[in-house]
Amino acid sequence: MRKMNFAQAINEGIKNEMRRDPNVFLMGEDVRFGVFGVTAGLIDEFGEDRVRDTPITEEAIAGAAVGAAAAGSRPIAEIMFIDFITVAMDQIVNQAAKMRYMFGGKINLPITYRTMVGAGISAAAQHSQSLEAWFTHVPGIKVVFPSTPSDALGLIISSIRDDNPVLFLEHKLLYAMEGEVSDTNDPIPLGVADVKRSGKDVTIVATGFMVHKALQAAQELAKEGIEAEVVDPRTLFPLDKETIYNSIRKTHKVVVVTEEVKRGAWSGELAADIAEDIFDVLEAPIKRIGSLNTPIPFSPPLEKYVVPNEIDIINAVKSIA
Amino acid sequence: MDIPKEILLTMYERMVRIRKFEEKASELFAKGVLPGFIHTYVGEEATAVGVCVALRDDDLVTSTHRGHGHVISKGGDPRYMMAELYGKETGYCKGKGGSMHIADPDKGMLGANGIVGGGLPIATGAGLSIKLRNSNQVVACFFGDGASNQGTFHESINMSSLWKLPVIYVCENNQYGEFTPQKRHQAITDISQRATAYGIPGITVDGMDVVAVYEATKEAVKRAREGNGPTLIEAKCYRFHGHFVGDPQLYRDQAEVQKWMERDPIPSFEKQLLESNVVTEEDLRKIQEEVQHEIDEAVKFAEGSPYPSDKEALEDIYTDLVEEGRVR
Repeated sequence: MRKMNFAQAINEGIKNEMRRDPNVFLMGEDVRFGVFGVTAGLIDEFGEDRVRDTPITEEAIAGAAVGAAAAGSRPIAEIMFIDFITVAMDQIVNQAAKMRYMFGGKINLPITYRTMVGAGISAAAQHSQSLEAWFTHVPGIKVVFPSTPSDALGLIISSIRDDNPVLFLEHKLLYAMEGEVSDTNDPIPLGVADVKRSGKDVTIVATGFMVHKALQAAQELAKEGIEAEVVDPRTLFPLDKETIYNSIRKTHKVVVVTEEVKRGAWSGELAADIAEDIFDVLEAPIKRIGSLNTPIPFSPPLEKYVVPNEIDIINAVKSIA
Repeated sequence: MDIPKEILLTMYERMVRIRKFEEKASELFAKGVLPGFIHTYVGEEATAVGVCVALRDDDLVTSTHRGHGHVISKGGDPRYMMAELYGKETGYCKGKGGSMHIADPDKGMLGANGIVGGGLPIATGAGLSIKLRNSNQVVACFFGDGASNQGTFHESINMSSLWKLPVIYVCENNQYGEFTPQKRHQAITDISQRATAYGIPGITVDGMDVVAVYEATKEAVKRAREGNGPTLIEAKCYRFHGHFVGDPQLYRDQAEVQKWMERDPIPSFEKQLLESNVVTEEDLRKIQEEVQHEIDEAVKFAEGSPYPSDKEALEDIYTDLVEEGRVR
């Protein structure tokens, strides 16, 4: 095993795939340097054709990825912040997600859209959102959300190799996080959840940066004799419901934690699935934690107030455990 | 005309095929046989055909909501098109796309598009892929005057000119963005002028003249294939039918329609062909009969084909996942 941070793991995964497949290329705004350095240095090995800085033109970036994929390439398109994806929605939602279906399966669109999500750096309302629910809502896209360097490496590789449009979410607070990763750049299949901590008393399903908040909460709860199991779905669609359900069948209680504003969140979909499919194993109401239903504020204390933390998780667990 | 007879006859045949296909589709729609809605290409045949005949078979095309003409011009088969319009399993898209989403990737046709301006970034990306793969293809990107006001037009041509991509942007200025005449949706007359803003050649051609469109496209294709980047071609043409079949066309004067119909691209091309002694009336009549037969056969093929089974609705969303069906 090697040690690297989350940003380096993504860089390593991209490099691995660009070496392996000449049809893979990367484009986006300032990818030559990379925001937070994620894609830095790739240009030295692969040149400016395959590590392509684009104008600030998100809809054309998203759409050029569609056309390039349709014509035989395997693009990785970076939309710097998920907030900017609003400008590119037609190309992702109406074109990328639907072309294969509308054309009766005649076309494959192997696209990886990488984008940065989440709050935590006082980037305010237009650079801090968690919009994953918009995309899990649209048939035709896969949504991947790693929480560790190891998962980031294995999942970026699988996302690039996937023959479908994949939205790959990178939480900005994770980039500096260090961890051990595979020496052999092994892919991690999409649609397989990971139990990040075992426990018998309550299941906490958490995504992205919230996985770490959930793990902190679990540590605190353990001191009080409550053993929480933390399940990280890793891909929001396709979703490994079986791993989540098996955990709940064991603990009979569940708290779902995401950073999205709670209204209309992906976590609501998961809660609905749990209620529809395995209501009979539940011994307490499903609890759901998300950001408050506000835009993300700028001021550090306000931002902290709006986004969920380990105390919120501990309180939710205690209310049902 | 120093265009080989074989090419001229291909042009003529495809123009006639579009016309007869569209007339039949309109008739079937009016009778209530075809579901959904239909935007016909009648009147604009010279534009799609002039462009596509100047392309190689392996060159690519992106299209619009008014896409039947582009499919036929690129060599598409009316049987699979008609079956698609009927929503049948044997259609180009297994009945899942319909009139506005016909695609034929084997012929380089990357799909019609229900979003105005939606094809521009796609064509641009296809051009980028061609450049990266060194495949020496080009892309023709069809869109209308209406789409030239979308952000995608500007974003795409900026990107394409910057990277010198092998794309020919073909603006079919049919004088109307849906119900709105050009003079009420933009302050310019010649959309080709917008090329100046991106430092690429922009030319306006008579979109009712197939030979003029062909010649302009050949030049643009040469430029693209030699690595000199994109061209914007504005083909001034006219939509003989309404925005869709059944459109009452309250927004335009029938006298204007009549005036343009006098310049119908098919009879004027016939006249050109006969005057230059390239073909005989007999040649043309034969083509018309053959194409009519083909269209009649296409209708029979479509009518005789089954509808897709319910499970078809669950497939082709992803390459590797099938959705769950409804439990009743």
